[in-house]
Amino acid sequence: MNILKKIFDGIWTNNPVLIVLLGFCPTLAVSTSLKDAIGMGFSALFVLIGSNLVISALRKFTPEKMRIPVFIIVIATFVTIVDLLLYAYFFPLHKSLGVFIPLIVVNCIVFGRAEAFASKNGMMDSLWDGIGMGLGFTLTISVLASIREILGNGTLMGISLFGQSYSPVIIAILPPGAFLTLGLMLGGMNRINMAIDEKKKAKEKAEKEKAKQLKASVANG
Amino acid sequence: MVKLIILAIDSMLISNIVLMRFLGICPYIGVSKKQETAAGMGFAVIFVMVMATLISFFIQKGILDPLNLGYLQTIVFILVIAALVQMLEVTMKKIAPALFDALGIYLPLITTNCTILGVAILTIQKNFNFIEALIFSFSTGIGYLIAIYIFAGIRERLEWSDIPKPFQGAAIGIITAGLLSLAFFGFTGLVKL
Repeated sequence: MNILKKIFDGIWTNNPVLIVLLGFCPTLAVSTSLKDAIGMGFSALFVLIGSNLVISALRKFTPEKMRIPVFIIVIATFVTIVDLLLYAYFFPLHKSLGVFIPLIVVNCIVFGRAEAFASKNGMMDSLWDGIGMGLGFTLTISVLASIREILGNGTLMGISLFGQSYSPVIIAILPPGAFLTLGLMLGGMNRINMAIDEKKKAKEKAEKEKAKQLKASVANG
Repeated sequence: MVKLIILAIDSMLISNIVLMRFLGICPYIGVSKKQETAAGMGFAVIFVMVMATLISFFIQKGILDPLNLGYLQTIVFILVIAALVQMLEVTMKKIAPALFDALGIYLPLITTNCTILGVAILTIQKNFNFIEALIFSFSTGIGYLIAIYIFAGIRERLEWSDIPKPFQGAAIGIITAGLLSLAFFGFTGLVKL
């Protein structure tokens, strides 16, 4: 229950990209194809889990004033591990992600979770927090990449969807398309959350009125 | 010489760091509500970017490469940049208080600005020599200043326009950046690198 809530929190309620507005750079840059997006998402997920676990384990030994350099070193270590692993086993992916792998170090999502969560909570909680946030990031970037790849290239995971006759909307795959699509996604997310809020309020109001009527009828009767 | 000018124009306009390479989006959205602060941030970025790129250039060529420690690049660069920003803050306060008043508050923000680390790493990846690294980092910084200053100007006007509620705040900001990026796309083909 708690774990599911944690993961849902990362994916929807506190989605690191769409709600907390962190980590825009990799989200925009590597969302030209779903393959790259998933690769980026899982690299960040790995770094998040690793850094959350280690920082949480070290939280009692880390002096308050030294915490930022400690965070940076821990995060950079995991980023280097990912960098070398991708280079050794997934060379094409490493090539297309390029400079954005070392830049996971300055990804505000990783740093933000270290500062806001892992340095204050136990290892198990931090582990699930890392998984939830990492999945939230992966999902967001994958959705964005799917939209861009389908519109701009007519393919998904490199598989052609519409056949030869489809003429792609090239702007979706170009840099402006990344901004426009992400902007529309943000707006859509806000709209859905507003609708949920309104429904909740309407429900509460209806319940209040029901209670009022009940009270009135009791008083009359 | 011609090659250097082309490099400068390319990194300033055609491959603009924010709008084409997607680096430094967080401060781009965060510190662009007013043109004054945007200009301050832009100048601070230029300053730190040149310093950080040159120092990391010397560290790579002088220490990491001869000792075969290339895999430590990420860790070393980010620590050097964090330390550099701290040192700049202290020295600036002592030597140039006027400059510190203008740029000081933006300095801590710059450590987490991925443009700085990004440009330092790109310089190494592209195998630039010293002069090229200098031109590349300086003109990339100028490109950042141009992008954020124009963006802040548009956002100041957005304050007074009637935006649908779900799109208020970051959403309309990103879409505006998209339109700006589209405009910068017009520079493509201006020169060929």
